Amino acid sequence: MAMATGHILKSFDEDLAELRALVAQMGGLAEEAIDGAIAALANRDTEAAAAIVEGDRTLDRLEAELERQVVRLIALRAPLADDLREILAALKIAGVIERIGDYAKNIAKRVPLLLDSRGIEPLSILPAMARATAEMVHDALDAFAARDPDAALKVCAQDRVVDDFYNSLFRALLTYMMENPHTISASTHLLFIAKNLERIGDHATNIAEMVHFAATGEQVAERGRGADTLAPVAA
Amino acid sequence: MARWPELIGRRRAARNESADALPPGAAASDAAVLLDVFPEPLLLLDGVIVLVANDAARQLFGAYLDGEDVRLAIRHPQATALLSGTREGPVAIGGLGNPDRRWEMAVTTLADGRRLVRLEDRSSAQAGERMRTDFVANASHELRTPLSALIGFIETLEDANGADEGPIRARFLGIMGTEARRMQHLIDDLMSLSRIEADRFVAPRDAIDLAALARIACAEIEGGGKAGGRIRCTLEAPQAMVHGDRAQLLQLLHNVIGNALKYGRPGSEVAVSVATADGNVIVAVRDEGEGIPAELIPRLTERFYRVDPGRSRSLGGTGLGLAIVKHVVERHRGRLDITSVVGTGTTLTVTLPLALIP
Repeated sequence: MAMATGHILKSFDEDLAELRALVAQMGGLAEEAIDGAIAALANRDTEAAAAIVEGDRTLDRLEAELERQVVRLIALRAPLADDLREILAALKIAGVIERIGDYAKNIAKRVPLLLDSRGIEPLSILPAMARATAEMVHDALDAFAARDPDAALKVCAQDRVVDDFYNSLFRALLTYMMENPHTISASTHLLFIAKNLERIGDHATNIAEMVHFAATGEQVAERGRGADTLAPVAA
Repeated sequence: MARWPELIGRRRAARNESADALPPGAAASDAAVLLDVFPEPLLLLDGVIVLVANDAARQLFGAYLDGEDVRLAIRHPQATALLSGTREGPVAIGGLGNPDRRWEMAVTTLADGRRLVRLEDRSSAQAGERMRTDFVANASHELRTPLSALIGFIETLEDANGADEGPIRARFLGIMGTEARRMQHLIDDLMSLSRIEADRFVAPRDAIDLAALARIACAEIEGGGKAGGRIRCTLEAPQAMVHGDRAQLLQLLHNVIGNALKYGRPGSEVAVSVATADGNVIVAVRDEGEGIPAELIPRLTERFYRVDPGRSRSLGGTGLGLAIVKHVVERHRGRLDITSVVGTGTTLTVTLPLALIP
C-alpha cells in the first residue's frame, strides 16, 4: 500500500472501515443463504427455504445503504488512488454479493417444487458442489477482509472445480432425464440449481478479481476457460 | 497496510491519556501478553474495532486483524447480531477457517467498556453427536456390503451348476468365503468394542508383562505369515508389568501392529518397542508409510472413520481397529498418542501406568 499513515481527516478512515464492514456483513448473509438454501433442499424444509427467500430483503437493504454511503464518500471526500480503488471495489463487490444472494434465493424458491425428488440420484452431487461454491465465496471474502491479492488469485483457480461439477452434473441429469422422462420437471429444476451454483462460483471469482485490483491496482489477467459445455460436440 | 493499526493506536492513546495516567499503549500490550496465554481465539474490541487479537485468533483469521473492524473477520449474521447488541447470549457459528468447524462465540463487556470476544471450538462436541447418529447407519452399511456380495454370488451359483463350471464355482466360493469372514471380523470387532465399553469403569487387575505380551503378539503375527519378517521388536525393558486385561491388551497389540503392517510401504520395517520411563510403560509402533495429515489424526479413533476408504477396505479393515485400541487404552487408564509425518510414516504410542507389584 502506498499509504503508510492515516488520513488527516480521521473520520474518513472510519467511514472506509464502516464501508468494508458493511461489505463483509453482506458477505456473511450471502454465505449463510447459500448454505441454508442447500440444507433446505437436502432436508426438504420448505419453512427454512421461505425464511431464506424472506432474508434476501436484508441483503437488498444493505446494498442500498452501502450505495448511499459510497456516493456520500465520493461526493464529500473526492478520494484518489488506492482510496478510490477501494471504495469502487466495495461498491462493485456489494453488487456482486447481492446477486449471489439472489441466486441463493432462487435455489430456495425451488425447494417446494422438489419435495418428491428423493429418488433422483444426481441430487446427491449437489451438496458437494454447493460446498465447493460456498468455499469460494468464503475464501473470496476472507481475501477481501485481509486485502490479500494472493489469496484472491487462489479463489480464481478454484472456479475450475465448480465448473467441473457443473459439467458432470449437466451430463448426469441429461442421462437421467432420458432414462426417466417422468422426472424431467424435477431434473430441470435441479439443473437450474446447479447453474445457479455455477454462477455463484463465477461471481466469487469476480469478487476475488476486484480484491486483487483494489490491493494491487492491476487487473487479473484473463484466465483460461475450462471445457465449454456450449461448444458443439464432435460427433 | 499499516495505516489502520497506527491510526487506532493513536486514537486509543489519546483516549487513554485523558482517562488515566497509563503510558500510551501499555494497557494494550499487557492485554496482548495476557491473551496470548489462552488457547482459544480471543479478540479485545473497542466498539467494533479489534484492539488486540491473541495468537490463536491470528492463526485462525490471519495476521491482518489488529485495528480492523471485527465484522470483516467474523461475518456470520448471528455474530453480527451479537456484536451489535440485538442478540443476547453465546451464539453457535460456523465457517471460520475450516468450513467444518463449529464455534461458540460469546461477547463480554469489560469494566472500561472494551469488549472481549471469545470463540470456543465446538467441532468435536458436534462431531460426537453426529457420530452417534452415524453409527447405526455406518454399521448397517458395513454389514450389508458383504451380505449383498454373498447373496449375489449365491444367486449366480444357483445357475452355474454345469459340469464344466467347476473353476467358476471354486472362484465364487472363494470370494464368498472372504466376504463371510469379513463380516465375521466386523461382528467380532463390534462385539469386543461393546464389551470393552461395558467394563469401562472396571479397572483391570491382572498383572500383565507387556514386554512378554509384545513378544507374543509379534510372534503370532509373524507366525500368521502376513508380516514377511518386517517386524523388528525391541524390548528395552526386560519386564514391563501393568495392571491389565490380557486378551484386550493382546488385541490392542494385534490391531496396532496390524495397522502398521497394512499402511507401511510394502517391505518396509515396522518397529515395535517396549520401554519403561517415569513410572510408565511406553509401547511404540512405528511404520514407514505415507503418513497421515495432522488435521485427520483426531478422527482416526472414530468408529468407521477411514482416511482413504477404498484402500482401507481393500486391505480388509473393519474401520473399528483404532476405536478398539482407544477404548482399551482408556480402560487401562493409559494414553494414546499418534504422531505422523506425511511421506515418512506414523508412530503410535501407548502409555500405560507401570504396576507396583511387590
